[in-house]
Amino acid sequence: MANHSGHSGQTSSRITLRVNGEEYTLTLDHRVTLLDALREHLDLIGAKKGCDHGQCGACTVLVDGRRVNSCLLLAVAQQGTSVTTVEGLGDAATPHPLQAAFVERDAYQCGYCTPGQLCSAVGMLAEVTAEAGSDPTTSARRSALTRDEVAERMSGNLCRCGAYPRIVDAVLDVIA
Amino acid sequence: MKPFAYVAAGSLAEAVDAHGGRPGSRYLGGGTNLVDLMKLGVERPDTLVDLTRLPLDAIEETGDGGLRVGSGVRNSDFAAHPLVAARYPVVSQALLAGASGQLRNAATTGGNLLQRTRCSYFQDISKPCNKREPGSGCGARDGVHRDHAVLGHSAHCIATQPSDLAVALAAVDAQIELRGPQGLRTVPATTFHRLPGDSPEQDTVVVPGDIVTAVLLPPGPAGLPSRYRKVRDRASYSFALASVAAVLDLDAGRVRHVAVCFGGLAHRPWRATITEERLRGAVPTQEAVRQAVEAELLQAQPLRDNGYKVGLAKNLACDVLDTLVRSASA
Ligand SMILES: Cc1cc2nc3c(=O)[nH]c(=O)nc-3n(C[C@H](O)[C@H](O)[C@H](O)COP(=O)(O)OP(=O)(O)OC[C@H]3O[C@@H](n4cnc5c(N)ncnc54)[C@H](O)[C@@H]3O)c2cc1C
Ligand code: SF4
Ligand code: FES
Ligand code: FES
Repeated sequence: MANHSGHSGQTSSRITLRVNGEEYTLTLDHRVTLLDALREHLDLIGAKKGCDHGQCGACTVLVDGRRVNSCLLLAVAQQGTSVTTVEGLGDAATPHPLQAAFVERDAYQCGYCTPGQLCSAVGMLAEVTAEAGSDPTTSARRSALTRDEVAERMSGNLCRCGAYPRIVDAVLDVIA
Repeated sequence: MKPFAYVAAGSLAEAVDAHGGRPGSRYLGGGTNLVDLMKLGVERPDTLVDLTRLPLDAIEETGDGGLRVGSGVRNSDFAAHPLVAARYPVVSQALLAGASGQLRNAATTGGNLLQRTRCSYFQDISKPCNKREPGSGCGARDGVHRDHAVLGHSAHCIATQPSDLAVALAAVDAQIELRGPQGLRTVPATTFHRLPGDSPEQDTVVVPGDIVTAVLLPPGPAGLPSRYRKVRDRASYSFALASVAAVLDLDAGRVRHVAVCFGGLAHRPWRATITEERLRGAVPTQEAVRQAVEAELLQAQPLRDNGYKVGLAKNLACDVLDTLVRSASA
């Protein structure tokens, strides 16, 4: 990165973003969020801009496997990380099991929140697995997730269409 | 948003130096509050100093039975750490009651404690706000203030401190470690946040250039029954209208140690010292608990539209303490 350290008045940097396994080197104004970098600069329009303020989860992507709101992350600070968007989970020919479950359960209406729901659910299940991994007495944790617990863990993703019950169904299908 | 320079600091000294205590400098943690406020025009930094590349992300035992939590530890990792969850349940519970899974993955310990108030006038640059622009007035006092303070507010500001974590840290008597231009110092979590008085622009005792480097969890309350309970407008992903963090230890049926701290009621986590004094050494019957909590809340000065918070806080505190009495006696 051009101004990696030291104080300088530069307001843009040349950075490399790793997204869905591919590296992209581009010069970005420091104000560009990860969400805008994906959508406006890399043409990856799966992640959606719902609120742009961390309040809806439509922009959820995975950074180093952890779910985050890409609208509140500065792209310049993501140098060296590995980003996965909904495009990186799977495609129509080879869908991720969660994508298949969402289709099977009809877990959406307009679909605007869906990419965020999918990335969030993938990250959420990884969190549950990690917690179980650190404590052998809770190794049954993932399969023991209740509806309420799935809803609580997925509360960072709003759905204006109210597809919540089916989203929970789809998540539970995948861990069954 | 105003253009800004970005510095990924490689060491603490470099970070302090790059910040320089200048009014236009800001440290960047997860960015979940700072970037939001930059979009709103409330924050207009010319330089961001990114702290997330620094080795501030460890949770370590301190030898005396306490824990040292680096300021870069993400909220989700802080909450899930087995030693934190086992020794300080109230801290894990408070973290998990805040924000969402995504936000907790990004949010850092330091940034969480220094997040700004959610007062809607503070966040709207077209409105008067003494905290954002000293001397411009307080839009909330005669405006929309249902979420605002009932304790310790001033004529200048009635905002509440938004962090759930800060409330739990005050209840366990944590210390906040700061590294600034003048070197290292620690501040009790109970006095880290300020009351607004006539300088509401100052949320905490932090001075420009200070880095929060760690939170120190003391051995005293480790392993004691503790609990966090929060009431919000919806079941999840919302700030506290009122919350309570409490720690309780009994000895032969009498209170040996008690700490009660309110969130959502004041400009800082509100340690209920009157409640604590009344309960210390007493047999904590439901009646004794109720009287002790009421004595604290006698100081409340509700505003036109937030009087509901007083009754809510009372019911919450009584419930949390009664539950802890039951688990401590079991
Ligand atoms: C929709 C939404 C809901 C939320 N709900 C809740 C909730 O219910 N409860 C709750 O507690 N929080 C809630 N939050 C707030 C969230 O917890 C904070 O935004 C987050 O903890 C801030 O951490 P950060 O690392 O992202 O801070 P940043 O945004 O990076 O920084 C915040 C401030 O701290 C300064 N700073 C950061 N790190 C340091 C450091 N180490 N030393 C000195 N200064 C530093 C920055 O300069 C900035 O001024 C919510 C946020 C959103 C967007
Ligand atoms: S309550 Fe405080 S933060 Fe809100 S408008 Fe008044 S001065 Fe500003
Ligand atoms: S667009 Fe990021 S949370 Fe709404
Ligand atoms: S399917 Fe329309 S917002 Fe969720």
